[in-house]
Order: sequence, then C-alpha cells, then structure tokens
Amino acid sequence: MVLEVHSTEQGLALDLTGEWRALTYRQIDTALAAVDLAGAHRIEIATDRLAALDLTGAWRLREFVRQAQHLGAEVAFAGTPPDQLRLVEETLRPIEAAGPPPRHMKALREELRELPVEAEVATLTFIGRLAVTLWHDMLGALAFLGRLTSTAAGALPHPRGLRPISIARHVYDTGITAIPIVALIAFLISVIIAYMSAQQLRSFGAEIFVVDLVTIGVLRELGVLLTAIIVAGRSGSAFAAEIGSMKLNEEVDALQATGVDPFEALVLPRVLGLVISLPLLTVVADLIGLVGGAVLCASLLHMPLDQYVNRVSQAISASTFWVGIIKAPVFAVLIAMAGTHRGMQVRGSSRELGRLTTVAVVQAIFLVILADALFAVLFMEIGV
Amino acid sequence: MTYPVLEVRGLVNRFGPQVVHEGLDMEVREDEVFGIVGGSGTGKSVLLRSVLGLQRPQAGTICIEGQDITQLSGGALRAVKGRYGVTFQQGALYSSLNVLQNVQLPMVEHLVALSPSARDELAMLKIRLVGLPADAARKYPAELSGGMVKRAALARALALDPRLLFLDEPTSGLDPIGAAEFDELMLYLQRQLRLTVVMITHDLDSIFRTCNRVGVIVDHRMETDTLERIVDHPHPWIQAYFHGERASIHLKVAHGA
Repeated sequence: MVLEVHSTEQGLALDLTGEWRALTYRQIDTALAAVDLAGAHRIEIATDRLAALDLTGAWRLREFVRQAQHLGAEVAFAGTPPDQLRLVEETLRPIEAAGPPPRHMKALREELRELPVEAEVATLTFIGRLAVTLWHDMLGALAFLGRLTSTAAGALPHPRGLRPISIARHVYDTGITAIPIVALIAFLISVIIAYMSAQQLRSFGAEIFVVDLVTIGVLRELGVLLTAIIVAGRSGSAFAAEIGSMKLNEEVDALQATGVDPFEALVLPRVLGLVISLPLLTVVADLIGLVGGAVLCASLLHMPLDQYVNRVSQAISASTFWVGIIKAPVFAVLIAMAGTHRGMQVRGSSRELGRLTTVAVVQAIFLVILADALFAVLFMEIGV
Repeated sequence: MTYPVLEVRGLVNRFGPQVVHEGLDMEVREDEVFGIVGGSGTGKSVLLRSVLGLQRPQAGTICIEGQDITQLSGGALRAVKGRYGVTFQQGALYSSLNVLQNVQLPMVEHLVALSPSARDELAMLKIRLVGLPADAARKYPAELSGGMVKRAALARALALDPRLLFLDEPTSGLDPIGAAEFDELMLYLQRQLRLTVVMITHDLDSIFRTCNRVGVIVDHRMETDTLERIVDHPHPWIQAYFHGERASIHLKVAHGA
C-alpha cells in the first residue's frame, strides 16, 4: 500500500506511506487514479509516514495535486510539502510557462497536419525531391570517381604511394578468404545448368551439347557474374561498414589532420585490391564450374572425361574465356566504388551506417548487372 | 541491519597471465561521493565493469544494497540494474535516438506502467534538471557539444531515479570551467536527490571539489580513506599523485596554509 484515503467533513485526507519511487510507479499511479475527487473541497496530504519519495513519485503527486486544484479543490500539506515536490515545481514551471513540452512524434505530426499541403503538390514535391536527390547522387558518384582517378594518377609515379601492403591485405580479405564460397557456388550452378539442359537435350539425342552450354555459359557469363555478386555482398558491405565506422569514430578526420589523404589510404587500396582479386576469383569460379560440368556429365550422361575435355576445346573459341574475364576488373571497380563511396558518406549515427551499408550492397549488385548487360550489347556489336 | 550501498570483497580479475585485481576491497556508504583514482592500466574500468555486472570476476563478492550481483542472473540481475544509473566516459548516447528518446529508453524498459505523455514529462524534467535547454530534447547526439553530451548522459542515468550513480570520467574532455560547472551540478543533484555517487576520475580539481572519500588502486588492491587523510598515505604512487606539481595548490587550500 502506498496510500491511505480517509473522508473528512470537507473532503479527503490522504496519508502517503511506503516507497514512492520510480520502480513502484505502477502502484502509485493506480492508487492515485482510484481516488474519487468528486465533491471534495479540501484535500489534506500527510507525508510524514513516507519512506522514500523520488522525482518520479513527486512528479506523479504534483500531477494529482494539479488535477485536484483544476477540479476546484483546495490542497494542503500537513507540515511542509516535501523538498522533492519543490524541486519538480522549480524545474518544470519555466518550461510549462514557455509552452507545452515537445511531445516529439505527436507534435511533429500535428505540425505537419497544420501545413496547408495539396495532395498533388505533395506528390510533385516528392518526385521533384527524388529527382534532385538522384541528380546529386550521380554528381557525387562522378566526383568520387574523379577524385579516385586523380589520386590514382598522383600515386602511380611513386609505387610506394600505392601502399602495396594495404593492397595485399585487401587481396587476402576479398579474394583468398572468398575462395571456398565462390568455388561452392560455381560448382553448384554449373551442376544445375548441366542437369537442366541434359533433361531438355536428351529428347533430341543431343546430350553432347550440354558441354557447350555449361562451358560457354560459365566462361562467358555466369562465372564472372556470380563471383561479382558474391563479392558485392561480402566485400561491398565490408568496405562500407569499415570506412563508415571509421568516419563515426573520427578516424577519417584524424587521418586527414595528419596530412594523409583518406582516398589514398582507404579508398584506393580497396579498389586496387579488388581489381586484383576479382579476376583471380573468376578464374577459380571458371575452373570449378568446368569441373562441376564434368562431374555431372560423367555421372548422369556416362560421358568419359576425355570426351568431355575434347568437346570443351571444340566448344570454346580463343576469346570465350577472355570475354568473361575482361569484365571482372570493371565489376571490381564498380563494387569497390559503391562500398567506399557509401562508407565515406556515413555521418552522425549508427543508423546511417546500417542504411548506407545496405545501399552500398544493393547498388553494387545493380551496377554489376547493368554493366553486364552493356557488355553483352557491346560484345554482340563487335561480334565476339 | 543496514548494508553499505556498495560493498566489494576480495575481488579478483585476471586476463590470462595478467593480474588486474588481487583481493580488492571497496565499500561505498550512503550519501557520499566516492572517488576512484589510479594510474592508467590499474583496472579502474575493469572494476566499474565488474560492479555493473558487465563482466564476471574470477573471485570475490560485489554487493549492491546487500545483494551479491555475482550470484545473480536473468531477471534478478536486470532488477538490480534498474536501481543504479551510469554515465560512460564518451557519453555512450544512442546515436540514432534524440536526447528525449535517450532519456526515455530506461523508462520504456523498466517502467512499463508509464503512459507516453508521462514519459515525455518525466524525461523533460530530467533534461531540465541537468541544466539542458528544452530545445536540446529533440537534438541528436551528433548535434550536441561535449558538455551537453555529458549532461544528457547524466539525465539518462537519472531516468529511473536511482539512489546509486556511477560516473566514469565525468569531466574528461571538458574545459576547466565546464568541468567545474559539471561538478557543481553533480553536487547539487547529489544533495537534492540524496544520491550516492561513485566516480572514476583523473581530474584532481574535481576530486578536491566533490569527493568525501577516495579509493586509490595500487598494487592490484584499493587503499581507501577520507580525502584529508589519503593525501598523507605513504605509498609512493599516492604521494606522487597528490603531491605532484599540479596537486600542491589544492593541498595548500585543504590544509588551510
């Protein structure tokens, strides 16, 4: 019990007892809410049996007193009112005089509702804002590419400025450690293609063309594309998160203040590291893909290995492998740029870090697929 | 039987071969400001983390208001954590929430009975109490100055009206005037709200302004005494600390010379 209520001739006498603390707020609130104020002219509050009163308790008591006064009752304390009540009073009165406290979301919503906005105008504004944001994003990306290029050009004459140790670390992080997952995915995908095409081609008695499909599919398109998508997920996010948390920690500012260009120290090694590792990973994916095709052809079509190898060398032309591998460095630059650019944009809060990391990955995958489509058109035009 | 607010007995913390605490004792009494002092790497932060229940010591007991938190887990530990407030060295405000929401977070977690409007008012009360202007409530931590971050962190630590308050380097990174103001504020709140304050600090000015008793971590243990007496402790580190060049001015004042 935190409250004893007695009726008096003129109204009520409240005897506060026990602990009036934040952690007992539920009892206090229930007890005070249950007090029937109707018809009470005078309310006397005794606090001498109170074991503890903290600010939360005092605030609730003040709310009660104000409610009673609002209903026309006279409120008096037996003895002096508690100090805590005075402290709450002194602290809250100036803001209450200045206006209601900010009820964050609610007030914000009300402010928004009061703005005379026509629905169409709002839509138009939205589209306009989106267009401007996209335009700024594009300009930003272009500026980023420009700065990256000029940094690279400036660093090229002095190989030391390229930070070979840092590049090696990124080759390891983005390349070597990705080999298992890239190999596994390449194997599974080539098995799936071989299996599906075998089912279709069997009805024509043309099982031998399974080899062509797997070989050309993996070497020209799937090897490099799947590797790039895996790397975008693994390393694009890692780049954005690493650089982003360095930004939040003011480490990037510290670098800059030391006279180190963050583009040279953070961005360029990541881009160059990925430009080295992604083609190498693609070679691994191509190899494992061909192995996967061979395994399936041997087990499902009972094709001897020498026949498979023979058919592979007939199916491909001199350019098939290079058509695939040439795309890898381009994809690498796109992934690394999306990751590092978004990472550098992080400021303020951990939520921004999460948002921009997501944006980096989505954008990297989108750019890779877009570039792949452009390559397909280009290769068709030049006839390879 | 009344318990000390905080009592640590025989605390042992080791990381591999590295000994941090070896039988450390500490006792904090009601309504006092207790300062924890020690050189870098003597384990002030490890001590704080142990007392807060963030890491379990190898041996020893840590009693908060008579309850040994090394033996508690789950809901019981959570309940104890609702009874003290903490400010961390860098503020540790949640960067994706504004100041008002930061102060409300402990209330949302521990005081389910509070209505949203009651939470708003109580949070504003705490924000005003630490001397922040009302318009700071909607600002995000990234928009605050260093001094305001410290105050907002204090407001959040007071959200549940704790009787015990832990402050980790509350005045680090503040200019001397800002630090003095913060100390004044802390003392004012300590008297008004009858708080027991445990403060880790390097700031000699701050120690002489605020602390009743001081515990110095030396040789993996703690030497505790009143401020007037600890300065005469014979241990060389304590001598060097309190009788260095920076400290002499305070000693003159303290000894009335």
